[in-house]
Amino acid sequence: MAKLKHDMSGSRRDRLGHWLMHYDSALDEALQSDYDDDTAQEAAPAAPAVQHHRTWEKKKAKHVNFYQLVYRILAALMCCGIIAFLLMTAMQLPEFGNAADPANNEVSRRYIEKGMEETGAVNIVAGMILDYRAFDTLGESNVLFIAACAVMILLRIGQGDPAGALEEEAHDRMTEPKHDLILQKIAQVLVPVVLLFGMYVIMNGHISPGGGFSGGAIMGAGLILYLSAFGFDKTEKFFTFKTFKVVSVAALTFYAVSKTYSFFTGANHLWSFITPGTPGKLFSAGLIPYLNLAVGLVVCCTMYALYTLFRKGDM
Amino acid sequence: MLDFIRFALSLVCTAVGLFVIISGVLGVFRFRYSLNRIHAAALLDSLGILLMLLGLIIAEGFDITSVKFLLIIPMLWLTSPVASHLIGKLEVTINEDLPKVVAIGDPEAVAHEKEDN
Repeated sequence: MAKLKHDMSGSRRDRLGHWLMHYDSALDEALQSDYDDDTAQEAAPAAPAVQHHRTWEKKKAKHVNFYQLVYRILAALMCCGIIAFLLMTAMQLPEFGNAADPANNEVSRRYIEKGMEETGAVNIVAGMILDYRAFDTLGESNVLFIAACAVMILLRIGQGDPAGALEEEAHDRMTEPKHDLILQKIAQVLVPVVLLFGMYVIMNGHISPGGGFSGGAIMGAGLILYLSAFGFDKTEKFFTFKTFKVVSVAALTFYAVSKTYSFFTGANHLWSFITPGTPGKLFSAGLIPYLNLAVGLVVCCTMYALYTLFRKGDM
Repeated sequence: MLDFIRFALSLVCTAVGLFVIISGVLGVFRFRYSLNRIHAAALLDSLGILLMLLGLIIAEGFDITSVKFLLIIPMLWLTSPVASHLIGKLEVTINEDLPKVVAIGDPEAVAHEKEDN
């Protein structure tokens, strides 16, 4: 009997039933009593609890059984439909590398040919993402900010809960290297270099490869290194929740306002005090260096905030 | 002749670096215990990448690119050992079975290790 049950529980039909219904097959239920009799000696103490659990599960399942089955089948059908739709769409895409593709139109040619003249940025990518398509980049920065806010809603410990904060502090102390001398000495050397390099990448975003996103990520990594070396006591002196709020919102507002002005004057052919300047100079390319700085600050704050929220639940 | 010597030097450096990196990767996957794995990974970071970068610098000659390569080496030598040190410290802190694992001369511990494998 035990062998029969073993064969049954391994079969494909049984596994399908298990997946669809969430509980064991009918044969299994029928066999259970016989099986219990067979192995009464060993399984006697554990049997009552299991049995009780099973009957409760079966009672509940009788009501929702049918709907659960329909729901699962519908979900599978919908998945198949979406996959088929996406595959059909992918099959109708134009061939890669074809000169007549819609992707090879006059827009990208204009970016390459006239980008430096119109935006003043030597780095074509910076000219594209921060001048021609600046609103797109504003949306990306907002996505980062909203992500940090969502994590804050979920993970930030309540202000009026000192017990919870103390508990988190104890958890934090257990796994993190709080006063590791080797790490502290290396961090003293590395953190200024890392922050300076991140600033360099941000401010040279319109001249060389780089820009707000990569430079901000480097600066955030530097801050995280400083935090893991010296703990929250040192970082709270210059970076608190208020700093995060003020810097992020100010950067995003500056971005939105200045770019609105630039788009408004550009679209209406009005005079504007923003000029491309001499390409290759540090203060050139109109708004691009300042927008790079704003994006970099948002990225840096978001990275640091995400790290602190996941580690301690506060900043 | 000078070009040939330069080429040969960079080739030797890159080949030895490649050998170190391959043995390091092999060690990371073959060793079963995390402290042993750190040993392999740290070797890879410090010696393997140093030799590869030296080979590239010799091949490139002296210009701004090779100076940037040269700056990567102290960066890696500062960060990689510290990272290994922290991983090792964490392992020592949280592993309760550590005395059994590190006592290599202890026959009981060796038997325990063999059981695990």
